[in-house]
Amino acid sequence: MNGIAAALGVGLHGLAFAMVLYLISVGLSVTMGMMGFVNLAHGVFAMAGGYIVTNLINRYGVSLPPAIAMAAVAVAVLSLPIERLLYRRLYGGDELDQVLLTMGLVFMSGAAAQYLFGALQQPLRLPPALSGGLRVGIAEVSAYDAMLIVCGVVLVTGLWLGVERSRFGAKIRAAVDNLRMAQSLGIDTSRLFSLTFALGSGLAALGGGLGAALITISPGYALDNLVYFLVVVALGGLGNIRGPFFAALLIGLADSACKYLIPQFGAFLIYAMTMAILLWRPRGLFGRV
Amino acid sequence: MPAVPTDASAAITAHVWRHRYRAHEALPWAVALAAYFAFPNYLPLAAQTLATILFALSADLVLGYAGIVTLGQAAFFGTGAYTAGILAAHGWGEPLSGLLAAAVVAAAVGLLSGLIILRSSGLTLLMQTLVVAALLHEAANKASAITGGDDGLQGMQVWPIFGRFEFGLFGRTSFFYCLIVLFLCWLGVRRLVHSPFGRSLTGIRENVVRMHAIGAPVFVRRLVVYTISAGLAGISGALIAQTTGFVGLDSLSLERSGTVLIMLIIGGVGRLYGAFVGVPLYMVAQDRFSSIEPVYWYFWIGLLMVLLVSFARGGVLGLCDRLWRRARGRR
Amino acid sequence: MSAAAALETRRLSKSFGALTVANGIDFRLERGARQALIGPNGAGKTSFVNLVTGALAPDAGHIHLDGAEITALAQAARVKRGLVRTFQVTQLFRGLSVLENVTLAVCERRGIGGDMWRPVGRHREAVEEAYALLEPLGLAADAARPVATLAYGHQRLVEIAIALGLAPKVLLLDEPAAGVPSGETGRIIAAVESLPADIAALIIEHDIDLVFRLAQRITVLVQGRVLAEGAPEQIAADQAVRRVYLGERDRR
Repeated sequence: MNGIAAALGVGLHGLAFAMVLYLISVGLSVTMGMMGFVNLAHGVFAMAGGYIVTNLINRYGVSLPPAIAMAAVAVAVLSLPIERLLYRRLYGGDELDQVLLTMGLVFMSGAAAQYLFGALQQPLRLPPALSGGLRVGIAEVSAYDAMLIVCGVVLVTGLWLGVERSRFGAKIRAAVDNLRMAQSLGIDTSRLFSLTFALGSGLAALGGGLGAALITISPGYALDNLVYFLVVVALGGLGNIRGPFFAALLIGLADSACKYLIPQFGAFLIYAMTMAILLWRPRGLFGRV
Repeated sequence: MPAVPTDASAAITAHVWRHRYRAHEALPWAVALAAYFAFPNYLPLAAQTLATILFALSADLVLGYAGIVTLGQAAFFGTGAYTAGILAAHGWGEPLSGLLAAAVVAAAVGLLSGLIILRSSGLTLLMQTLVVAALLHEAANKASAITGGDDGLQGMQVWPIFGRFEFGLFGRTSFFYCLIVLFLCWLGVRRLVHSPFGRSLTGIRENVVRMHAIGAPVFVRRLVVYTISAGLAGISGALIAQTTGFVGLDSLSLERSGTVLIMLIIGGVGRLYGAFVGVPLYMVAQDRFSSIEPVYWYFWIGLLMVLLVSFARGGVLGLCDRLWRRARGRR
Repeated sequence: MSAAAALETRRLSKSFGALTVANGIDFRLERGARQALIGPNGAGKTSFVNLVTGALAPDAGHIHLDGAEITALAQAARVKRGLVRTFQVTQLFRGLSVLENVTLAVCERRGIGGDMWRPVGRHREAVEEAYALLEPLGLAADAARPVATLAYGHQRLVEIAIALGLAPKVLLLDEPAAGVPSGETGRIIAAVESLPADIAALIIEHDIDLVFRLAQRITVLVQGRVLAEGAPEQIAADQAVRRVYLGERDRR
């Protein structure tokens, strides 16, 4: 019984981690698939969300839900000029230029964060309701993890339904599928790029803010976690909305299990697993061939 | 029929003579020697700069010539550094054999990882270069019994070169050690890029479909150059380990992979001399500025990258090219 | 015709899901032949080229080059045996000079493409061979120019020069004049007409006038099948071909 309970606990924690990973990475997958843009700076938006949320809560006493909503909206709006002024001119261009530009943004944002908030990690002060533990059947799960899972499920369902049912979602799918075709159908792709980018950035901020107690907020955030975000996208398949979810699930659960069972290996096994999967399926688990 | 131009063989001659040494190629070496006499107090920094030039040169080979965008070059740099470092910390401090061992181990890692990752392209390849480096970083981090983990590798004892030239405090030995190794490696790389093999790498970068259609073994070529580049990066890491007597986890980090790209971009990619321009500029600037505001160095570097990509593609050498052409056009 | 053909396929088949691009193609190209492969859009012409050159793997069937089976060989190995193609959309090393484009091909054919030590310049014979290929095509004056700065018609000629640098036995010319302004097609036609006689050339072409001018034999491909094959006059008189192919042309 103990073993099963522990496994469930580990699984639930992994699930919570997966939700955060997915929220952050899904926008990256769509921008890379649709615009063909290697955006290494995507984690910056999650970091920005994290900083906004922790500071609103810790300094100004705002409660968690409005803080997260404000962070998501603020980051989505702020990402618009970045896309317009910097990213747009490199769409369809040289991969190296994209890498350099976004790497530059990562470096700048890390230094800016340190200047504004110092080198230390930003703690996420949780309301009392979220700091305890919960009992789910025989398993023990922290209230925070439970909150992440519930929020994640709601957001993911909303996102999937939105992309599948709405006109905007149909346009996104068309553009990912075949950009030229979408253009010739009269879709204003320039506007679509901006909106999609803002949506992805907002979701990242949401993930960064919600998960601030799981992936701690510090100036090195965007750089240190870059591999994880990219792994989720590469395993999930580019330009895919569902793929990254299952990839995040895989990474989240594997990470949680590894940390519980064989902590001495750290993230090593996750990376090894990623390489093995990509060797077997170079376009990711759910990529189109 | 168009008349056969009078200088029918001019094109052949130009092509055939392209690998000849030119006077300006002596410039970096003259500058290095001049720096030795002009700044005797900065020899340790100069030695590090020379070793880093080799690192950037290794990156230029894969990125500038073979067109493989890599974010994991530090994997090989760090492998070389740890190989030389661990040897020296465990009783074998002979530097030249340490260098050789570092090259071999790093090249082996390059070959093995290349076998896996060079089958993909684009973003997946980019990500895999990153994962290979992250994997090694994590391995070095966790195997702290051997590598010292977070604290870095302590207690390296590097013996004098040929039993005679000690690595002293003033860095004279280090300087010439790095200079000579860099020079030899540069000779080799220069030879390589002018060979049919090197030109075929450029062909792969320019149009891989066409390379397949002319019957070139594209995968093998890329794998070979990836391995060579890894070996060179390993030598560079070993040089820095041996001359500083220390290896830290940062030698395997993403920052290291990223900054070497930046240095290369500042100088100019795919021109063999970008490394010789970009690395000194970067390292000297870092030395100047980080003593004032160490934390915000990366901010300015990041800004510089954004500006370079937006306005000055081709780096310093590309800028020189354009100015030179404009000056000639005016005449 | 008992001697082995330069190129022969037997029951060559390939499908992508429900789409069949090659449906049991039996095809012969004699040594030194000038043959054309025609067919409406989507007939499977380019897929046929890709199958023969090894860019696509067939589901079934055999490919023979000079009597030897090459079905399982990799693309590069087929090139080494003298099976060479050009592309419908130019595939060149755009940043490199014309001479260097051809030199790269010559080096690969001579087996020195992997030489890592001697500079290209020390392989003077390879460079001279490449240059010698440029002269008859009228490209010698442009030898040192980057390919990207050439007019498209000239780029098409570079494409042919590269192919010749590989010393082909069988040359597949995929729409050699595609995209070239009509005023410049003359040079390309001349280049194809002056191909060495021992090369067997298969011209995949859309332009019927060009086909009737260049080919001694014509194969008509429709929906991944050989519909008809014969001398130009036979094909021109063939009712089925007129219906499927020429009819389509008239409608356009």
